Amino acid sequence: MKRSEKIITNSVKIAGSSSILFILLIFVFLVREGLPALSEVSLKDLFSVRWYPIEDLFGLLPLISGSLVVTFTSILIALPLGIGTAIYIGEIAPKNVKEILKPTVEIMAGIPSVVLGFIGIQALSPFLREFFNLPTGLTALSGSILLAMIAIPSIVSIAEDALYAVPNSYRDASYALGATQWQTIWGVVLPAARNGLLTAVMLGIGRSLGETMAVMMVTGNAATTFSGLKSVIMPVRTMTATIASEMGEVASGSVHYHVLFFIGIILFIFSLIINISSSTVQGKSKQERGQVIS
Amino acid sequence: MKRWTWPILIAGILILTACGSSSSEDTTQSVGSSYYIENKGSDTLVNLALAWAERYQEEYPDIQISVTGGGSGTGFTALINGTIDIANASRQIKDLEIEQAESAGFEPHEIIVANDAIGVIVNPENPVSELTLDQVSRIYKGEINNWSEVGGEDRPIVRLSRETNSGTHVYFLETVIRLGDEEDTDIFSADTLLLPSSEGIISEVSDNPNAIGYDGLGYITDEVKTVALASKEGRAYILPSAATVIDGTYPVSRSLYMYTRGEPEGIIKNYLEWILSSEAQEIVTELGFVPILD
Repeated sequence: MKRSEKIITNSVKIAGSSSILFILLIFVFLVREGLPALSEVSLKDLFSVRWYPIEDLFGLLPLISGSLVVTFTSILIALPLGIGTAIYIGEIAPKNVKEILKPTVEIMAGIPSVVLGFIGIQALSPFLREFFNLPTGLTALSGSILLAMIAIPSIVSIAEDALYAVPNSYRDASYALGATQWQTIWGVVLPAARNGLLTAVMLGIGRSLGETMAVMMVTGNAATTFSGLKSVIMPVRTMTATIASEMGEVASGSVHYHVLFFIGIILFIFSLIINISSSTVQGKSKQERGQVIS
Repeated sequence: MKRWTWPILIAGILILTACGSSSSEDTTQSVGSSYYIENKGSDTLVNLALAWAERYQEEYPDIQISVTGGGSGTGFTALINGTIDIANASRQIKDLEIEQAESAGFEPHEIIVANDAIGVIVNPENPVSELTLDQVSRIYKGEINNWSEVGGEDRPIVRLSRETNSGTHVYFLETVIRLGDEEDTDIFSADTLLLPSSEGIISEVSDNPNAIGYDGLGYITDEVKTVALASKEGRAYILPSAATVIDGTYPVSRSLYMYTRGEPEGIIKNYLEWILSSEAQEIVTELGFVPILD
């Protein structure tokens, strides 16, 4: 009995720490393959505005701005829709509506991004081109809308869990004070669920930043320079799409190969920043809430 | 009753898979002493290579040929890495790739397997049907930005291209944008949309009246309009076809290649010799490419 317990405890321990090991290995590999780029290409060239690797032009700025534009536009779309859906499912919808809505949102999460990309090419981008009278519908906006559709299910399910975790006594107390349903949601439930909602948003951003296939199919992949708000309706090239479409061609060990891994490092750093900022904000709000309750 | 549905389902699946595996065993046994040829590279060549492989396997059932695309650069990388036997390419091998092949221990061997014309395509609604090479070059360099400058409507021009790992991309850059001048260092305008597939280009051109694209003759469908090209101002405008490629009047045609690791031997040599036979070259014509002449 004791021995089997020991084996189980240890294997769980190994499983638990393996993810740390994997992250470390991935990071070591990225750094080993990506850092040589810094010595082969000058910083000035790396942070220039032209990306055309077959002529040794390795300007990363358009790729970084492309990823940021697509990600933030997608969050602007996904945030109100996702949190709104979660509030409706968790707080307002009658039970039978809720029973249909929740699995429907979960099914949305299961749609492969290639399929979304295909719909994007065939239906979304022609529509956007005619609706906004653009030269082409293959723009950052098309990518953002698809990414929003990909991010919404995860935002909804995590936000809904966060709302569910708010004790009913909070709502009862609010109603007892004469608050309406909307006042209760806005003034009591949402602030109490702030941690979980923030996690939902951060997860959505991470999901958008890393998504490749759908984005590659509809954003046009033109490495255009950032030009303010206008970039949203222009073709852009994201970091992930660049790695995906060029990795197959490069000879391993070439400058281009190292620069592609360097882009991988930048992506890694971005998602690290997102995770760290979400956990510090969460920590802070936990302290505050602790004080209020005590 | 309900308890029985799952076991029955599982049993059904098991029976089905058993049938499936036994039938596939039969096919592998019938080619027990089979040979395997791995063939990879140019997306321009992939359909033609598949058609050849299918016909050859009908005639020689003990030989199995697998054909995949990915781009000429991808094919060379795979040949150098030793994962394939034959690399398909729509451009000649670069010096750098020859060096890499030599350090991998072999001399790449080249044969020309077919010819291809590259057609410049526009939307059928676009009134422009004739362009000089110089005009196409200036459009793709970003010097001409409106269709009215080349005799069309007042519409912005949206430039479409294959990704940089495509041999067609490199050929178009050298022959059309730089007009064959090796000293020229002009490149595609930064806002050129780089689409991952030929189908993507055809679908955007057939849908968007602002778009201009280019593609191998074998890929151009009736949904788009092919533009007649003149090599210089004042020369005749010629539409791409097998006849105009063979008599040399169409200015943008090229050879398609297969590369092996050193002189081909044994079954690979037989296969390549068959590809040059009149029977295989008939397939070239059927698929819209241009056969090679002895």
